[in-house]
Amino acid sequence: MIVANKNKIKDMADNLSESGAGRSLWKDARIRFMQNKAATISLFILLAIVSFSFIGPYFAVWSYEQIDWNAMGSAARVGMPSIESGHFFGTDDLGRDLYSRVIQGTQISLMVGVLGASVAVIVGTLYGATSGYLGGKTDQIMMRIVDILMSIPYMFVLILLLVVFGRSIGMLFIGIGLLSWLDMSRIVRGQTLNLKNMEFIEAAKVTGVSDFKIITRHIVPNLLGIVAVYATLLVPGIILAESFISFLGLGVQEPSTSWGALIKEGAGTISYETEWQLLFPLAFFVVSLFCFYFIGDGLRDALDPKDR
Amino acid sequence: MSLLEVNNLKVEFETADGIVNAVNNVNFSIDEGKILAIVGESGSGKSQTVFAMTGLLDHNGSATGSVKFEGEEILNLSNQKLNQIRAEKIAMIFQDPMTSLNPYVRVSEQMTEVLVHHQGISKSDALKQSISMLDAVRIPDASNRVRMYPHEFSGGMRQRVMIAMSLLCRPKLLIADEPTTALDVTVQAQIMQLLSDLQKEFGMSIILITHDLGVVAGNSDDMLVMYGGEIMEIGKTENIYSASTHPYTQGLMTAVPRLDDSEERLITIPGNPPNMMKAPVGCPFSPRCKFSIDTCSKVSPVLINVSKNNHLRACHVATEEIL
Amino acid sequence: MSNQTILEVENLTVNFDVSSEGDMPWTKAKKLQAVNDISFSLSAGETLGVVGESGCGKSTLARAIVKMVPAESGKVVWLGNDLLGLSHSEARQYRKQIQMIFQDPLASLNPRMNIGEIIAEPLRTHYPKTPESDVKARVRDVMHKVGLLDNLVNRYPHEFSGGQCQRIGIARALILKPKLIICDEPVSALDVSIQAQVVNLLMDLQEEMDLALIFIAHDLSVVKHISTKIMVLYLGNMVELANSNDIYQSPSHPYTQALISAVPIPDPNVEKNKELILIEGDLPSPINPPSGCVFRTRCQKAQDICSQQKPEYKEVATSHSVACHFND
Repeated sequence: MIVANKNKIKDMADNLSESGAGRSLWKDARIRFMQNKAATISLFILLAIVSFSFIGPYFAVWSYEQIDWNAMGSAARVGMPSIESGHFFGTDDLGRDLYSRVIQGTQISLMVGVLGASVAVIVGTLYGATSGYLGGKTDQIMMRIVDILMSIPYMFVLILLLVVFGRSIGMLFIGIGLLSWLDMSRIVRGQTLNLKNMEFIEAAKVTGVSDFKIITRHIVPNLLGIVAVYATLLVPGIILAESFISFLGLGVQEPSTSWGALIKEGAGTISYETEWQLLFPLAFFVVSLFCFYFIGDGLRDALDPKDR
Repeated sequence: MSLLEVNNLKVEFETADGIVNAVNNVNFSIDEGKILAIVGESGSGKSQTVFAMTGLLDHNGSATGSVKFEGEEILNLSNQKLNQIRAEKIAMIFQDPMTSLNPYVRVSEQMTEVLVHHQGISKSDALKQSISMLDAVRIPDASNRVRMYPHEFSGGMRQRVMIAMSLLCRPKLLIADEPTTALDVTVQAQIMQLLSDLQKEFGMSIILITHDLGVVAGNSDDMLVMYGGEIMEIGKTENIYSASTHPYTQGLMTAVPRLDDSEERLITIPGNPPNMMKAPVGCPFSPRCKFSIDTCSKVSPVLINVSKNNHLRACHVATEEIL
Repeated sequence: MSNQTILEVENLTVNFDVSSEGDMPWTKAKKLQAVNDISFSLSAGETLGVVGESGCGKSTLARAIVKMVPAESGKVVWLGNDLLGLSHSEARQYRKQIQMIFQDPLASLNPRMNIGEIIAEPLRTHYPKTPESDVKARVRDVMHKVGLLDNLVNRYPHEFSGGQCQRIGIARALILKPKLIICDEPVSALDVSIQAQVVNLLMDLQEEMDLALIFIAHDLSVVKHISTKIMVLYLGNMVELANSNDIYQSPSHPYTQALISAVPIPDPNVEKNKELILIEGDLPSPINPPSGCVFRTRCQKAQDICSQQKPEYKEVATSHSVACHFND
């Protein structure tokens, strides 16, 4: 018997002789992600933009609230981008430094996007996983609630909220956060339903693992892939929503600003030949969104190589 | 002249981790009215061999060598020509019939379409032919069932529909890729019986791809055993079963329990099937072979005749030592 | 030690509710009889093979024994205690003694956990206070037992082949030193050359640890090889139960006969001269099974009585019982 076992072990050794740490799926995914050039470059650019929004202020000559009285009202002639005047990106019509304003707008837009997406992800994942795992009547009721919320026009509610309760970033967060977790919860529920029938979940149940442990140890880690992908795609969605609201003039209020607000201003003053007012915030906006989408795509390919 | 002749067929796949040789130097031929079984485990290249022949390789795969059907080269023909050949002369059935049946279209529609398109006959004639073909594969109440959707048939019936569809244009060669693997034994018996009846009735040849040595034993004239993308042994089915000369074939035979026999313990082949990403040098079976000698892991063995009746094997070790 | 009865299943019945499309929430669901009135007993060191075609209820039977699906009626007596009557927490202590291995070797392992964590999970669940060093030692031990190198503990399931994954599944089932392992189609997803390895491993382990096995498979040859007795299921009903050699040598039920004749023998001489008993038609729907004997719609011997009366289990020989009106 022992001899037989030894032989068996030797056979296995021939096939998998290198010992030590294995490659987890996460590690695998990271390697695949790194092989995706567009995604890696996007990640790099995005990191550069984020670090710029934090380091940038140390190089600013003007603060975002300060008004350059020289440039006020004559931005087209005096306020163009120049290193000498300290307005690296030029000024706006009121003589405020666009460089500082773009940095502030970047911070706020990214914060709205990331925080909004995190709220959506946390609420959506918990809601969806619970609904899917419990199943039956509970699942039916929970999902009908989502259906009802989904059937309400999103933008309309958001605008109404801002008009009724006043325009503030806080309200914007609540409005966007309240509604953007719906898709997330549906995706997570669907995935949970799939996972629930996998044999490893069954194996855990037979062994006597508790429901709570099954959710935390077996279901949630296997959901993280899809959640991560969806979250990276949700961030630009929320940034877009915020920009749209701000573009309408309902979002972030002066003296704070965001990409959407800046783009609105730039677009409004384009006839004064101050095209930099539009181009700088627009460039940040477009490049960041592209980066998010490429990263999301890269993540999806990396985490789910079969579906390519 | 044989119906189909495959010479030096090689199939390569370009993957993210490098080039994978799925099939290496495969040579075989099949005569008219014969059944050839291709036996192998997963990753042996048995399916890729026929996919290459019929131009159904995945986009990252490429095939070299020669495949002659009725004396004409068909390897790497244009898609249009291959489509015609696949519809009229070489038919295929698969393990899961649902992959080749459109779930949203009635069976009648799917069957007549083939006939109308390839033989240019009228729709009503095509329907008549379809019904008689469903009769031929013993589907009861064919004239009504023809109007059903694929999912309304049971697994075994679905496979019959698939067979009926593939035979509509009276192909010369039917390739059956694991046709009964997904089915229950009693249904498997029905389908295999049906295939061998139809083979006699229509006088076609069949290439039967399977991993089940039991199915091969009862339903083939010749067989070839593949491992790691290479042919290990090829010959008449009876000869291989009565005196297999290759260690891998022998290993396979002893590894399956027989219903009509009670052995104490199965004799296993140690180790695992090869990872084709890093295929072994020399004979692909050498890492698992109990007879292997130094040469085995260095030089690829070639197929050599062991007896007069076209029984060939690829092994460095002398036949006497193995028997 | 052997010959002590450890598991007794009495008149076990499992029904599923099935709702068809378009049903309103208040419509009463139809009953699907998945397992109907099944009884058997199992002793330590014994193997019960369960065969039948897809949809015959063999997997449901296994899951009902471990309480994964609720039973409608009947008893599952484990070492004198009826498991079905116990609450979940009471049943937990018996759970450790009954483990299960599954059909799809890769899908039965959590892809995000490494091998060490997977194998140790049952131990950590039932004995959470075990010191880490003991857990490691037990994992190493059990990995040796199933023929895995212990330096693979940090690897992940996707790095292994099917046969190796099945060994990992077996190791996980063994770590609590169970008395019974239920194997649900453990070899049908494996390559031919690997099947034999796993079958041999299971038989070795059984001998070494005096394990009882319930071996569910559709491959009659494998089942006959590993089992001491075999139960044949058809549409949720037990049609025949006998010692494995008797089943093969003198099958009494028409269905068993057809099943055996359908199994291909890897020998051209035997196979080409074999007399095949083909069953015509399709499996009836389990939602409204045929009255009387469930097999009558496809049985060559069927007569009037078959549709009127459900056949009783009769002993045709020692420990060989059959449910058919026509056996002598």
